[in-house]
Amino acid sequence: MTGMSNQSEGWERQYDLASTRPEIDQAVSEILEACTDQGYEESATFAIRLSLEEAMANAMMHGNAGDESKRIRLSCRIDGKQICLEIQDEGPGFDPDTVPDPTADENLTIASGRGLALIKAFMTRVEIPRPGNQLKLIFERV
Amino acid sequence: MTKMLQVDEVGGVIEVGFLEKNILDESNIQQVGEELNAAVEGKPTPQLILDFGNVEHLSSAALGILITMNNRVKDVGGKMCLANIRPQIFEIFKITKLDRIFTVHETAKAAREDLN
Repeated sequence: MTGMSNQSEGWERQYDLASTRPEIDQAVSEILEACTDQGYEESATFAIRLSLEEAMANAMMHGNAGDESKRIRLSCRIDGKQICLEIQDEGPGFDPDTVPDPTADENLTIASGRGLALIKAFMTRVEIPRPGNQLKLIFERV
Repeated sequence: MTKMLQVDEVGGVIEVGFLEKNILDESNIQQVGEELNAAVEGKPTPQLILDFGNVEHLSSAALGILITMNNRVKDVGGKMCLANIRPQIFEIFKITKLDRIFTVHETAKAAREDLN
């Protein structure tokens, strides 16, 4: 963890994590607790958990290619209106336009490739700036 | 290593329950795959029910394990049913359109009736 602040109007934290489950699980757990503390409903924390787990798994397994020495930078800002997450790995990035549509008939029985589709479905907005090794996820409170 | 699945065989039907609420991390998911493979090993045409009653969170990698097992069972003329999926989890199946390839029942009882 590289920085933190707890203010009455919101919650913000930055993490610099090894690509290992214990560090990732600890960060995810803190963020979910903060969502609840900031008054977000269970359906929101479900969406955040799913999206964050998918993004962190992608960063760890694809971006950092399973290399535990590579870092994942994660930041989270929560206020009354939205939750903003940024996840950056040390990989070369990917072009989201080249990711096959997992819901196409010919891809339905393929075992992988659904993480980004789930993130897009559960988040209000997803940004993947070039070179594609960073995800910015925004969940707006309804 | 903690077991991930409870596996029982009733009247030729393999009934599988998840012992963990969260099927999220890579090692857990790999273990689910290994335990599922062990459950159908040696069955010429497996009849399988996966009961999701205990599952609160599921990742796309876990979906991959389910797809692989469904393909394996179908390839040999068996059948796999999913049951007891809570609405939030079922939403994941609908978003990914996997509700179109899996046989899904509201209850394990309904799944048993389908297979018997």
